[in-house]
Amino acid sequence: MGEVIVITSGKGGVGKTTTSANLGAGLASFGDKVCLIDADIGLRNLDVVMGLENRIVYDLVDVTSGNCSFRKALIKDKRFENLFLLPAAQTKDKTAVNPDQMRALTEEIKNEFDYVIVDCPAGIEQGFRNAIAGANQAIVVTTPEVSAVRDADRIIGLLEKEDLREPKLVVNRMRYQMVKHGDMMSIDDIIDILAVDLLGVVPEDEQVVVSTNRGDMVVMNDSSKSGQAYRNIVRRIKGEDVPMMNLDDEGGFFRKLRQIIGLK
Amino acid sequence: MLELINRLFGRENHSSKTVAKERLRLVLVHDRAGVSPELLQTLKIDLIKVISNYMEIDEHALEVSLDSSENQVALVANIPVKNMKRSIQSETA
Repeated sequence: MGEVIVITSGKGGVGKTTTSANLGAGLASFGDKVCLIDADIGLRNLDVVMGLENRIVYDLVDVTSGNCSFRKALIKDKRFENLFLLPAAQTKDKTAVNPDQMRALTEEIKNEFDYVIVDCPAGIEQGFRNAIAGANQAIVVTTPEVSAVRDADRIIGLLEKEDLREPKLVVNRMRYQMVKHGDMMSIDDIIDILAVDLLGVVPEDEQVVVSTNRGDMVVMNDSSKSGQAYRNIVRRIKGEDVPMMNLDDEGGFFRKLRQIIGLK
Repeated sequence: MLELINRLFGRENHSSKTVAKERLRLVLVHDRAGVSPELLQTLKIDLIKVISNYMEIDEHALEVSLDSSENQVALVANIPVKNMKRSIQSETA
């Protein structure tokens, strides 16, 4: 029996979909059988982030409304044969699915998979309630900005109300150089405010954009820092005790010197 | 440039991250507490219960609210007292 993990954030644009894709691919690369569900009905994106947009025949609403079985709607990934995507419907809206249907669906899927990862839409309305309905674990994604942290706090409150206790936090787009200069909240600041367990920190990395442009996941890029960060998170999900990456050395002496004399 | 000098001398206190954290802390006190008016209502009822043991108060004029000023959030209760109870003095005496 697999675990159902919902990836959520409240605020849009903090990296839920990127995180979902990378954790899914990361877990699959460790040999787990993974099913990703895009619960963002009407604004589907997980397909395009994973480079699977041309393979969609059926979608989530087809499955929940009984048009086809979930097996028929699953898209097999190009790179990992144990990674599957259930895409969101693009032409319907969030009310096309209800929490009971999602609960039943995840219940069915998790019998055949090690991990079911649900990519939650932004917001706290029905789309959110659908996405968390069948989950037994939650990962909250935030960035080191006041708006994202505030929304994360609200989401954590709502998750706890729905009995998804002890959600884990992923801080995305961390810029250590700015933290060093006192211009960005540090991990300690964020944890201090939100009072949740930290699952991982993903540094700001251009490689994420480059990979996504191609429909690849940065977790497969061995030389990128963000890829390393995602691999660490995957290992923590699997129960390994992996120390947090030290990203403090980013930059170095000459870069600092350039910054000081204003050459940036 | 001034910012740079501040950084060089390690004047962290007015850095934007300190401001961000402080603002967040305040807004979350409100978010967390202020989400439900029911909570304030329950608090009000409990307050009336406790205070009524000691004095007679005007329940209808009682006001409870969260107030935020510059850098702190306070629970403000305005409770008009109608009369003191005599019995309580003899009990404590």
